[in-house]
Amino acid sequence: MNFAVLVFPGSNCDIDMYKAVEDVLQQPVDYVWHTSTDLSAYDAILVPGGFSYGDYLRCGAIARFAPVMSEVRKAAEQGKFVLGVCNGFQILTEAGLLPGALIRNKSLKFRCHPVDLTVENANTAFTNAYAQGETVRIPIAHGEGNFYCDDETLAKLKANNQIVFRYAGENPNGSVDNIAGICNERGNVVGMMPHPERAVSKLLGSEDGARMFKSVLNAFASKAQTGAGSGAGAR
Amino acid sequence: MAQQTAAKEPTVEQIAEQKIYKQFGVSDSEYELICEFLGRKPNYTEIGVFSVMWSEHCAYKNSKPLLKRFPTTGPRVLMGPGEGAGIVDIGDNQAVVFKIESHNHPSAVEPYQGAATGVGGIIRDIFSMGSRPIALLNSLRFGKLENDRVRYLFEHVVSGIAGYGNCIGIPTVGGEVMFDEAYEGNPLVNAMCVGLIDHDQIQRGVAKGVGNPVFYVGPATGRDGIHGATFASEDLTAESEAKRSAVQVGDPFMEKLVMEATLELIASGIVLGIQDMGAAGLTCSSAEMASKAGNGMELYLDEVPQREEGMTAYEMMLSESQERMLFVTEPQHEAQAKAIFERWGLHCAKVGKVTDDGRLRLFHKGEQVADMPVKALVDDCPVYHKPSKVPDYYLKNGSVDTTRYEQVTDLNAALKKVLGSPSLASKEWVYNQYDYQVRTSTAVVPGSDAAVVTIRGTRKALAMTTDCNGRYAYLDPEVGGRIAVAEAARNIVCSGGEPLAITDNLNFGSPEKPEVFWQMEKAVDGMAEACRFLETPVIGGNVSLYNENAKGAIYPTPVVGMVGLVEDIDHITTQEFKAEGDVIFLLGETKAEIGGSEFQYAVHGVTEGRPPELDLATERRLHQAVLGAIRQGLVASAHDLSEGGLAAALAESGFGRGLGAKVDFATNLRPDLALFSESQSRILLSAKPEQAAELAAYLRSQDVPLQKLGTVGGDRLTIAVNGHTAIDAPLNEFLKEWKEAIPCRMQ
Repeated sequence: MNFAVLVFPGSNCDIDMYKAVEDVLQQPVDYVWHTSTDLSAYDAILVPGGFSYGDYLRCGAIARFAPVMSEVRKAAEQGKFVLGVCNGFQILTEAGLLPGALIRNKSLKFRCHPVDLTVENANTAFTNAYAQGETVRIPIAHGEGNFYCDDETLAKLKANNQIVFRYAGENPNGSVDNIAGICNERGNVVGMMPHPERAVSKLLGSEDGARMFKSVLNAFASKAQTGAGSGAGAR
Repeated sequence: MAQQTAAKEPTVEQIAEQKIYKQFGVSDSEYELICEFLGRKPNYTEIGVFSVMWSEHCAYKNSKPLLKRFPTTGPRVLMGPGEGAGIVDIGDNQAVVFKIESHNHPSAVEPYQGAATGVGGIIRDIFSMGSRPIALLNSLRFGKLENDRVRYLFEHVVSGIAGYGNCIGIPTVGGEVMFDEAYEGNPLVNAMCVGLIDHDQIQRGVAKGVGNPVFYVGPATGRDGIHGATFASEDLTAESEAKRSAVQVGDPFMEKLVMEATLELIASGIVLGIQDMGAAGLTCSSAEMASKAGNGMELYLDEVPQREEGMTAYEMMLSESQERMLFVTEPQHEAQAKAIFERWGLHCAKVGKVTDDGRLRLFHKGEQVADMPVKALVDDCPVYHKPSKVPDYYLKNGSVDTTRYEQVTDLNAALKKVLGSPSLASKEWVYNQYDYQVRTSTAVVPGSDAAVVTIRGTRKALAMTTDCNGRYAYLDPEVGGRIAVAEAARNIVCSGGEPLAITDNLNFGSPEKPEVFWQMEKAVDGMAEACRFLETPVIGGNVSLYNENAKGAIYPTPVVGMVGLVEDIDHITTQEFKAEGDVIFLLGETKAEIGGSEFQYAVHGVTEGRPPELDLATERRLHQAVLGAIRQGLVASAHDLSEGGLAAALAESGFGRGLGAKVDFATNLRPDLALFSESQSRILLSAKPEQAAELAAYLRSQDVPLQKLGTVGGDRLTIAVNGHTAIDAPLNEFLKEWKEAIPCRMQ
């Protein structure tokens, strides 16, 4: 399975994401520059955290216009797996690949610490290795992680089972309905504020994030199976 | 045009007659000397350039004789003071690069930008050596949080540090914050950066090769920060507010781009010399690079990217606009260098040429506007041996008996008071604003004795800390200086590391005051002695003088930034108790030493007497024994006893995992003195019950005084002295005081 880690000017969790794929999955992974116009070689696209374009104007608002983003949109439509973490989540909402928006933390302060998350949907491409309702420990580090959407969108998110993670303890940023991560309707695009790539070894304080990476490998394997199966007309 | 600018500026004669140079901090005798070096009177640009190069900040003219007393070499030292940062070998062709620097004066008038650009500046020092920055630390001092202005400064300094470090993606992994009236109006903001480098990538700031082009990279030059270095070299006064324009504005996103491009450029192997434009901007970087190569330099100022219209040579040379670098390469590599920068969306401009005449010549609008000998600028600033005088307060304190205080009997309340004192209280409010995990290498996060950062691809890790107790240094600068080094080393050892070297930030008041100069001398002597003894040479540092407020000088605060090597990640040790039933040991001797302690300050409301003593031989024995025990896998937790003494150390060790303890301390001291004494060379260890006997036997064999205190467990902290309960309450009650002290004051 081939992974792409996007690099925008100002991305700073790109190395961490790359190493997580390497360490947890031992799968091929490339850094892909923001000017790239071809993602056809990749099965999963990871949009890392950081401060793309300095977060000027609004977090993710400039990155969404980078040439690579139209390729990300194409990949998502093709059913490829897309994960946006922190600034990556902000970029995906700005690009319209995920609903809602991330605004400043209610405290108006950057917050960095581990949080407990409830796995609300263990059926997405990135969460199938978790148990439904399980509590996992993954750190946050953001100043603009306050997820906001209107009531109608929230109702839709709930109805379609698009809420992937909720903060289990104290809500660290004021997010609507304690939302920490969501997915698109198909479940192949996931965005979240906490950093799973920072929770992949005991030395880092938690290994709970590793299963997000394992999940996508599972999803790829079963897609290949069903894909190959239907292609061969075996059913 | 040239005439128009010249008309705005004072003429050569006006500078001489009206003594305009005095505004820049240049004395009459220095002005005479400059005239001698030039063979004529300086023009406005030249006097500006000389004044910043000869400021305390750049020339160390008042501190140089003292700095010479530091040991700066050692078997591991690859580069000592003089370059952007010092470098220490850690084996396997790798080395660690680190330096600390102050941004006290800017932070006093514009706390967010002052602190942010302090962080930006120290990061540039590290990556201009060719090193990848891997961690940031800081050391902060403020007045009391009850003061509105202090809260404002504290809040914005912390968010300035966070704003810069978080954005550029370098984790802020450790530091210290203390509060005392002595720092009211003149906070201390010292930032430290640590980087990693392979030996063959080490760069120097030298302008090599006559005829080679000199390139400028980074954002355009504006009028910000003009005379920042001079501003940092004078007392803060009511008028300082008016010098707000001497404070630079930072852009961490820009620095991230400049950093990545610079590291890529250096890796490409085409750089001959590179230096960041920090204090005194273009002036200092060009003069220093030329000086180190024994060359000269010509700068064509019309080629310097400019953000504002009509900038004069004087303004361009003195601007401290941020995130700029100067480098030299061979002419045939110009296109390759430009391509690297363009990939990162940056432009580099050819602004000069290396020459062989040893002069710094500036050209602007077709005219030569300045011509100065490089050596005079860099090396020939006069050095002053200031008079020194023992302060009265020090003599008076000699007769203060700190054991005479009436005995404090409610020690539960005393411990709560000490734990709730902002200097000792939890700094979570601070470090939760810092991204301390980016780069996913932080193995020990803020809150333990030292932070530990792993080195990818190896079993090794780096332990790092900043330390200084200004109260000790005030009461006895020599002992305080010694303790600052020893305590930093103790923190490194408690984390499982072997101390390697230090970087120092000497924060003092005005050296014009003989009493302050005495403090400087003594503190440096104490530090130098400890560095020699503990084999941790000084590989670089910074001096910040003129830290004064309306009431006088700040406490002398010689901050030590230390890095240690953890040989194997299995040796990484933290301060928190690990499990119920673990056995607790106290190493070292406890004496009735309350002078300068947090207990004395929080409970008795004074800072007086003499600080704790420190015997370096005892200290070194303790380090070797504890490191030996850790490497044998005998230690579950290790915590240095410092502010708040044994009582605070027991509480802090329990907070991490919410584990209480039951201990009995055998001593011949009064309980209040015994539990809150800040005697040095003491460490609290815990061990698994099945390893306790082996640990004790080993420590005894190492000739370290040792007492088994009790066991970890339960939800209460119970401390008896000679069998009589002295402190006993649910751990949570202490935790609450400790945790809420700062957030409550900041609401």
